[in-house]
Amino acid sequence: MPASASRLDPDRLLTGGLRLCAAFSAALLILVVIFLLLQAGPVLDAIGPWRLFADDGWFPADTAAAGQFSIVALLAGSGAVAFGATVLAAPLAIASAVFCRFVAPPRIGQLFRRMLEVLAGVPSVVFGFWGLVVLVPLINRWQPPGASVLAGALVLGLMILPTIALLADSALRSVPRATLSAAAALGLSRWRTALQVALPAARGGVVTGIILGVARAIGETMAVLMVCGNVVQVPASVFEPVRTLTANIALEMAYAYGDHRSALFLTGLVLTLLVIALVLVAELGRGANARRTAHG
Amino acid sequence: MGDRLLAGVCWLAAGIVAGGFAWLLGDIVMNGLGQINLMYLLMPVADAGRAGGIGPVIVSTSLILVVCLSVSLPLGLATAIVLSEADDERWFGRLVRRSLDVLAGVPSIVFGLFGYAVFGLALGLGFSILSGGLTLACMVLPILIRSIEQGLRAVPIDIRHAAAALGMQRWRTLVAVLLPAAAPGVLVGVVLGIGRAAAETAALLFTSGYVARMPDSLLDSGRSLSVHIFDLALNVAGGEPRAYAAALVLIVALAVVNLTAISLSERLLSSRINPA
Amino acid sequence: MKSTVTPIRSVVAESAPPALAIQTKDLAVHYGALCAVRGVSLQVPQQQITAIIGPSGCGKTSVLSSLNRLTDLIPGARVSGQILIDGADVLWPAYDPVALRRRVGKVFQKPNPFPLSIARNLDLPLRDQGVRNADERAGRIEAVLRRVGLWDEVAQRLDMPAQQLSGGQQQRLCIARALVLEPDILLMDEPCSALDPIASGVVEGLIEELRGDYTVVVVTHNLQQARRIADHLAVFWTSGDAGCLVEQGPAGAIFDSPKQAITAAYLDGRCC
Repeated sequence: MPASASRLDPDRLLTGGLRLCAAFSAALLILVVIFLLLQAGPVLDAIGPWRLFADDGWFPADTAAAGQFSIVALLAGSGAVAFGATVLAAPLAIASAVFCRFVAPPRIGQLFRRMLEVLAGVPSVVFGFWGLVVLVPLINRWQPPGASVLAGALVLGLMILPTIALLADSALRSVPRATLSAAAALGLSRWRTALQVALPAARGGVVTGIILGVARAIGETMAVLMVCGNVVQVPASVFEPVRTLTANIALEMAYAYGDHRSALFLTGLVLTLLVIALVLVAELGRGANARRTAHG
Repeated sequence: MGDRLLAGVCWLAAGIVAGGFAWLLGDIVMNGLGQINLMYLLMPVADAGRAGGIGPVIVSTSLILVVCLSVSLPLGLATAIVLSEADDERWFGRLVRRSLDVLAGVPSIVFGLFGYAVFGLALGLGFSILSGGLTLACMVLPILIRSIEQGLRAVPIDIRHAAAALGMQRWRTLVAVLLPAAAPGVLVGVVLGIGRAAAETAALLFTSGYVARMPDSLLDSGRSLSVHIFDLALNVAGGEPRAYAAALVLIVALAVVNLTAISLSERLLSSRINPA
Repeated sequence: MKSTVTPIRSVVAESAPPALAIQTKDLAVHYGALCAVRGVSLQVPQQQITAIIGPSGCGKTSVLSSLNRLTDLIPGARVSGQILIDGADVLWPAYDPVALRRRVGKVFQKPNPFPLSIARNLDLPLRDQGVRNADERAGRIEAVLRRVGLWDEVAQRLDMPAQQLSGGQQQRLCIARALVLEPDILLMDEPCSALDPIASGVVEGLIEELRGDYTVVVVTHNLQQARRIADHLAVFWTSGDAGCLVEQGPAGAIFDSPKQAITAAYLDGRCC
């Protein structure tokens, strides 16, 4: 826009101030990464990135020379729980979204969606607490000790289900009405329309939902901390306890110092990079989908 | 045949989800309801939470939320205004948006680490309500910005054109016309932010800390309701009953905030609807 | 109504060419790679009603928007050529669009009152222009509401949300809002087309009452309306890929004996 006046007018100040705030908001992400790097620096200097995978285990003593810093078991714990949660939640979530759009009477669909929104807002510590006092004893009776990958996957699955279902639902809603009418005009039955026309058309949104669900599962701390048992090991079955990257930080930050604390920041950095990668993949998928629908 | 199968599978899935939801909620309500009374809400915490009430915890939680909103709201509002007027083809708007999308995915425990390093250590605030509130402010910023921006974008372009055609200054257009028109969106954003912040635990563990005393100032450590639930459930033997009570209080508080926001924003919207 | 119109027309036709309020030279509006209108050298006489007519998509609205640089708000829009108002080119980059828009008001096709009270709709622009005295603002608000014939209808409920008014009342409020800043020129983009016939008639009468006090440029699709209210006429057409100005002059002369075959056909309703 062309210069309106050379004097210092309120509009200029406003525009400048607003842009400054926006720039700060954008810079926050970089600040987070920088501060993690600064704190992780000492241990990264001492052991280098490779020992994160090559060491014998996670025994972070107070000096880098004496400690062992393998995060393989923690990664395996995070991966196992997140994978289990996704496998449980994704089919249920997609079926729930189809239920809302194609199967349920409108009022029940509306009610169900409202329920999913409420469920999405339930604090993770409440999920964790419920898992701890209800699910873990149940599993314990069947396959001790109860606090396990399975408990974590069940609780996390219930937690990420609303995320996936709501995103899938809105993706299904954005399938053009004309596409659905065309399918109906061809005499396709409702289930063919839903499964072979609407879901493929909404694929991008559904996949984005699943990826964001996985990101949420990997990043979740409280629920897994409360139900997974927190033993550092690569699990041999779903009934074994594990410790995730996130739970590890929450457990050890309280007493860690020196290189140990630095190592915890390093795992925080790993976690962040992992989630950033997932979010970017989801964004790419959404972008590609948007382009496809724009041209379609 | 196929139609029936699909319907059956979907009803089953919805039933499982609704069942899980009912189980979770029912369990909390059944076990928590009996212990909640006025004294519980007002009394100080006693015997590591096994006795007494949650008065100081409620005060600390409120203070953390106040700190969080008083920082994140102005910042979020300003950023949302810039984004709502940004041309998506330009690099600045795109950069801010992409960066916020990623920030929204950063795990809350990482925000906890960040808050501990920045507010606790670098700024010397230690374990304090201020540290916790500021950490949460960073965390809720993306969600706040997204809904405020949607509210601003929902204001018809005609209104902006009318203001421009009158030669109105940008700041007055914004303050007197656009923001009032976008109020429902702003409100929804604030409520979502409060909901997210009040539900948060991991980011507060090493920022606002565990201290359950009544805080004297924002520089004191203060235990939030969510941290209280966590502590009772995992660290206090015999803390379970009281954890149920605290969980119920938190859920009810979140529900009240949400419902108020929905009805408020619906009322605000309906008063603006053009009958013609 | 006709009898009051005709004398003015004849005066215009007989006297020397009137002074021009707006003059464009080789004006063109592009949206991205698309050219909406080009080669427009429009002449708008002072204190008369100039009607811009022509079929859809011939760039009438684009030209109107460019006259007070509202095209600045449209992403990707480019305006080239010259727009002279008082001898200054308003497209010159250093020309202050805010000051321009206070002198050149605009009324839109769809009534667009702010979602605020009736009084506040008029109060805000005055405040923004720096009228500090509340009594003065109240006086000007009343005067302008009387001018658009709305005062008796809304005097008792100035605090009512403007969007609860009827469509015609909203449009008159929008005209009042444009007039309250006392502009010299008023641009109107099909101001009656979103209204029912009765409200449309009221607004049309109002436009005629502005003649002599304001320079009015009104885009209209309605040939009868143009015939009723216009002193001066500009006919736009689409030639090839872009809109252009085919003919302009005193309205009576063009309606009676158009120089261009296209104009003649259009005015007769023989095409489109």
